[in-house]
Amino acid sequence: MAYVAVKGGEKAIDAAHAWLAVERRGDPALPALDLAQIEAQLGRAVDRVMAEGALYDRRLAALAIRQAQGDLVEAAFLLRAFRTTLPRFLASLPLETSAMAIRRRVSAVFKDLPGGQMLGPTTDYTHRLLDFALADPAAALPPAPPEAVPDAARMPRVHDMLGQDGLIEGDGPPTGDEPADLTRQPVSFPASRDLRLQALARGDEGFLLAMGYSTQRGYGGTHPFAGEIRLGEVAVEIAPPELGFAIDIGEITVTECQMVNQFKGSKTVPAQFTRGYGLVFGHNERKAMAMALVDRALRAEELGEEVTAPAQNAEFVLYHCDNVEATGFVEHLKLPHYVDFQSELEAIRRLRATAAAASAEEVVA
Amino acid sequence: MSEGYNFAYLDEQTKRMIRRALLKAVAVPGHQIPFGAREMPLPYGWGTGGIQVTAAILGQSDTLKVIDQGADDTTNAVSIRRFFARTAGVATTTETARASVIQTRHRIPETTLRADQIIVYQVPQPEPLWRLEPSRAACRTMHALAEYGLMHVKLYEDIARYGQVAISYDYPVMVNDRHLMAPSPIPAFDNPKMDRMPALQLFGAGREKRIYAIPPYTSVRSLDFADHPFRPHRAPHACTLCGSRDSYLDEVLTDDRGGRIFVCSDTDYCATRQRKDAA
Repeated sequence: MAYVAVKGGEKAIDAAHAWLAVERRGDPALPALDLAQIEAQLGRAVDRVMAEGALYDRRLAALAIRQAQGDLVEAAFLLRAFRTTLPRFLASLPLETSAMAIRRRVSAVFKDLPGGQMLGPTTDYTHRLLDFALADPAAALPPAPPEAVPDAARMPRVHDMLGQDGLIEGDGPPTGDEPADLTRQPVSFPASRDLRLQALARGDEGFLLAMGYSTQRGYGGTHPFAGEIRLGEVAVEIAPPELGFAIDIGEITVTECQMVNQFKGSKTVPAQFTRGYGLVFGHNERKAMAMALVDRALRAEELGEEVTAPAQNAEFVLYHCDNVEATGFVEHLKLPHYVDFQSELEAIRRLRATAAAASAEEVVA
Repeated sequence: MSEGYNFAYLDEQTKRMIRRALLKAVAVPGHQIPFGAREMPLPYGWGTGGIQVTAAILGQSDTLKVIDQGADDTTNAVSIRRFFARTAGVATTTETARASVIQTRHRIPETTLRADQIIVYQVPQPEPLWRLEPSRAACRTMHALAEYGLMHVKLYEDIARYGQVAISYDYPVMVNDRHLMAPSPIPAFDNPKMDRMPALQLFGAGREKRIYAIPPYTSVRSLDFADHPFRPHRAPHACTLCGSRDSYLDEVLTDDRGGRIFVCSDTDYCATRQRKDAA
């Protein structure tokens, strides 16, 4: 009987997992991918998984990518499910990105500036022609680039320089509050900016890209300029209460984007540029820039702008930017729903019977 | 049991946080309590809320039953039951009467639950008003003011258009005459079982980060009008396997020429009846 086909879940799951493991390994004649290779040669994938997995650990991200067969959303999910089991000791001190060991720093608002423009390892000016020479794994090593000696001390942040003249809004005084953490307290509205930034930093790159892009096409425009984008290594410091002073616990790679946006002012308040901010684990300018656009769009209410577009709606953005939540709920539609579907079948049959009886009555009348 | 993880997977601090939310939920029946839902090793939509609630209440002496679509052997039920067998090492059962904790997706067992049992529902969408008002902040205010006119208008419009309410599952209920509540996507057929149920009913929504509860013997009323009373529906057939005319039935297509049979959705109920017949 057909009914038998839906039984035997236990065996089916085991068989599916066994098949998956074989498919993951692929052709056994080929050497297995090494985590060090993934870390070193698929670094941007590792960066994305760390950002969306909200855990800075290159090795674990590489493992997740291998386990997920290169599905980066699934890899981020694996990392999140590991992260959630870790104890949370402290919030770090704010990262001092002005003291970053810079590998790349560009500004679109000044032709030249203290410290200069520094392109770093960018694809921005490559021609997107497939490089067939890369197909050969034995290709010769690329020649070393000319030595660059950036001097972080000579690379002040663009917005600090604009800020000296009061042309752009400042950081504001530190509140001293513990930063919000949506992994401990569920999001509620109105959502504070620290909470919004946390959600965006963990959020899906594609979602933020589309949201940021929509603001550039008239859905909540913010008149942005890329004030500064910087990439490099920053120290992470914590100040355990029992020590009473800050200690350095390591270094992480981050991409930071400061947008300079539409100015605000009035007869009594001098006009000032406003800001949008993006900060992402690893090297990911696309996401850092999109995040900065969306951050600024989400400040619409605070800045007295009319909230009309999706990117300005904090509930819309914050509840839909997390790809682990989104992929779970979209894909859960493949779980069985036959009980509910049966109730819909019965309901639609009743409605059809009622309508048929009514039209039969009309015919008789 | 799994090495390297705490009993029932979650750490004790997290369980304590969830239990605090559960206590609040029991104190205000039908009211949604926000809680710091954790990421779980199963995807959102697979029952992460129910799993967290179960993890928080499970003790070593508990016996766990897990059903999906009323059945113990559907893949997701198997997967969740295995998860707890592995992380908590608790006894599991498919017999409703033997379970102390029952985690469910989309059904309430046909067998009446007792006061020494707890049923944990997996909830995809805890907000009953979401189709009418997408802003959860706005919905929260409506709950605070018990402002449920929107839902009554929706039911009225259904009756005006179709002659009857066109909601067949996740049919909204009024709990303790105060809070409008989503019963989770159980068929409306199951709604009456919630009313004054002797067992404690707990609801977990992981992705939406909400917990709510119905304490034992609490009034749960399916929303309706005096001249259009609520009526539960089932397929008007007898189960092909056990002959039941009272249980909720699944329709199973047997060929491509319109052949079909109807069988109990509750596999334990059906199997028990078949065993009795055989004896």
